[in-house]
Amino acid sequence: MTGAQIIVEALKREGVEVIFGYPGGAVIDIYDELYRTPEIKHILVRHEQGAAHAADGYARSTGKVGVCLVTSGPGATNTVTGIATAYMDSIPVVIFTGQVPTKLIGNDAFQEVDITGITRPCTKHNFLVKRTEDLPKILRAAFHIARTGRPGPVLVDLPKDVQQGKAEFYWPEEVRLRSYQPVYDPHPRQVEKAYRMLESCTRPVVLVGGGVISSGAHEEICELAERLHLPVTMTLMGLGGFPGTHPQSLGMLGMHGTYYANMAVANSDLILAVGARFDDRVTGKVDAFAPMAKIIHIDIDPTSIQKNVRVDVPIVGDCKRSLERLLTVIKEVARPEKIWREQFKDWWEQIEIWKKRYPLSYKQEGDYIKPQFVIEKLYELTRDRAQSGQIVISTEVGQNQMWTAQFYKFDRPRTLITSGGLGTMGFGFPAAIGAQMGNPDKLVVDIAGDGSIQMNIQEMATAMEQGLPIKVIILNNGYLGMVRQWQELFYQRRYSAVKFQVIPDFVKLAEAYGALGLRATRPEEVEPVLKQALESDRLTLVDIHIAPEEGVFPMVPAGRATTEMILV
Amino acid sequence: MSERKHTLSVLVENTPGALARIAGLFSGRGFNIDSLCVAETLDPTLSHLTLVTSGDDLIIEQIIKQLRRLIDVYKVVDVTEEGEFVEREMALIKVRAEKETRAEVLRMCDIFRCKVVDVSPRTYTIEVTGPQSKLQAVIELLKPIGIKEIVRTGLIAMRREKKGT
Ligand SMILES: Cc1ncc(C[n+]2csc(CCOP(=O)(O)OP(=O)(O)O)c2C)c(N)n1
Ligand SMILES: [Mg+2]
Repeated sequence: MTGAQIIVEALKREGVEVIFGYPGGAVIDIYDELYRTPEIKHILVRHEQGAAHAADGYARSTGKVGVCLVTSGPGATNTVTGIATAYMDSIPVVIFTGQVPTKLIGNDAFQEVDITGITRPCTKHNFLVKRTEDLPKILRAAFHIARTGRPGPVLVDLPKDVQQGKAEFYWPEEVRLRSYQPVYDPHPRQVEKAYRMLESCTRPVVLVGGGVISSGAHEEICELAERLHLPVTMTLMGLGGFPGTHPQSLGMLGMHGTYYANMAVANSDLILAVGARFDDRVTGKVDAFAPMAKIIHIDIDPTSIQKNVRVDVPIVGDCKRSLERLLTVIKEVARPEKIWREQFKDWWEQIEIWKKRYPLSYKQEGDYIKPQFVIEKLYELTRDRAQSGQIVISTEVGQNQMWTAQFYKFDRPRTLITSGGLGTMGFGFPAAIGAQMGNPDKLVVDIAGDGSIQMNIQEMATAMEQGLPIKVIILNNGYLGMVRQWQELFYQRRYSAVKFQVIPDFVKLAEAYGALGLRATRPEEVEPVLKQALESDRLTLVDIHIAPEEGVFPMVPAGRATTEMILV
Repeated sequence: MSERKHTLSVLVENTPGALARIAGLFSGRGFNIDSLCVAETLDPTLSHLTLVTSGDDLIIEQIIKQLRRLIDVYKVVDVTEEGEFVEREMALIKVRAEKETRAEVLRMCDIFRCKVVDVSPRTYTIEVTGPQSKLQAVIELLKPIGIKEIVRTGLIAMRREKKGT
């Protein structure tokens, strides 16, 4: 077989159904093979960044590995933001890049770039394939590394002569990498220690991170919280890992978290963190983070533990298996529910006081549409889907993302896809394309900002070509709103470079692509326009003109303690 | 917490990107590398690295975990924490040796069991091997005489086998 044939055969063996890509001279042999392979659907994007984000969105929404294929040089460099985005949020994607022939590597050949060098710090691992006969082993390893342990992007660089060379096809039964052996099973003694701490604490909080979603531990978290009567808060990446409508949910914590989640964490005496990495947007000023709390930290990646905060009981292991183990201990001890309830009664009373004092709030009054009102309306109209998991909401980055996180209720895992770690504007729309490809029957909505949507607007054509009925809802404030908010609060309203002088007419733009364009400029138009969009069976872009200077609150200023929240 | 030097012994897959990954890890995360020494092992598919770094306990813990996280890294041992170990470094020192000082340089070589490996009318090149403390001592003593150039290998280290049965 030729290298290109081996590559395509490997994709089939890995169960790849769809790949997102863009051709060029250095991958033309693989494209020639794909031409003959109808089982694998190739989605031709309009920009390689879109391909990387789409593969990522596919992975986030399905739990499968997303695949992306691009040419050498500029094709490869265009994927870098997408790769870094996936890396920061631990998303399994495999990126194939073409490369100049091995003999030319290092010569500054046409469209040559050292993409393994460039992506070394933002991939879980990468490979430069030097011989055609190495392909099966390396491709197998690439998928294995991407999806196991703490998942992440893996890049495989494929020189043209490797694609054209010939070798015998074989498919390794299993992957054995002596230097890569992630630990899945928690140490039983650590789990018992964790249990004893739960038994003796009085003010516990469970902190759910993205690891709960990637390991599929949402049911275990729910069972644990209900049996022990524990309050639960989520990071941005953890939203959907525990039902947002659950009476024990405190919503999101951190910079734009709820008042009561931040207060509960700050005053807790025990934090059980599951698959969360204590990012600075969550901890605020680290020295002041949860000063009275002991911390139990479950994570598959040992480097996440003790990195930002001191941990009392580290548990290295898969979130799901670790929680299963903890639940086993709980069932063995069989402490009556009444006792747990009693133990945390005062704590819940305190939490209820905080909840009543500052609930998430806004006022829809006057002529301006409030963005929070739009999200709440969207939630009302899609509640059934949200509860049954028949929706995927992606977001862009900025205020639109935070309002979505605050006001939409995510009950099911993989219903929110958002760039948490890197905060990549332009992620949401191409990610929605990937999500819709992976979930043809679900409703896919991208909640966007007027700035972010313009970063990958070209993918409208991709979505149209594939007939994807994605709904893009632009919360159009005419500003790079999140930056404007910082300037308002911390730079005495010096609005430097946050207002576009020209914003396209999004309705006409949608129409130019052949999509449906809708607009709402008054509060009473919001509901009918959203309804019309949700009923539409094609790509629909809704331009909603919102109050231009609305802010996201609460807000913990960067570098401050999480109790120093600016409330509305 | 106090900063301390740690000597790490690292086994990595003998692949082209492995060293770059390790170097990139240190620069990208702002860790120090005091010295780094790499060579093949008995098993040609593995390379051995002796890496001297410094930091407080938490940083050293992160460094070790981050190294282990690299897909190509097979094994990391903190030699400093593992009890007794032998450490060696070698230096080549080109020292000024004029008429008046030639004898003194040779005497010093004798005392420290250094070898003279190259001779010119005005210089001796000396090979010193030993723990870093010894290298430091020799360098300090030769400085007043006039060192023209030094090349050091960086430290290598090995755990001492337990004595007795
Ligand atoms: C690629 C990229 N560039 C810059 C930023 C910095 N940034 C964060 S939020 C934001 C404003 C986003 O504006 P918009 O999409 O209109 O969203 P809004 O905050 O107004 O809802 C900017 C510029 C970023 N996150 N990503
Ligand atoms: Mg905006």
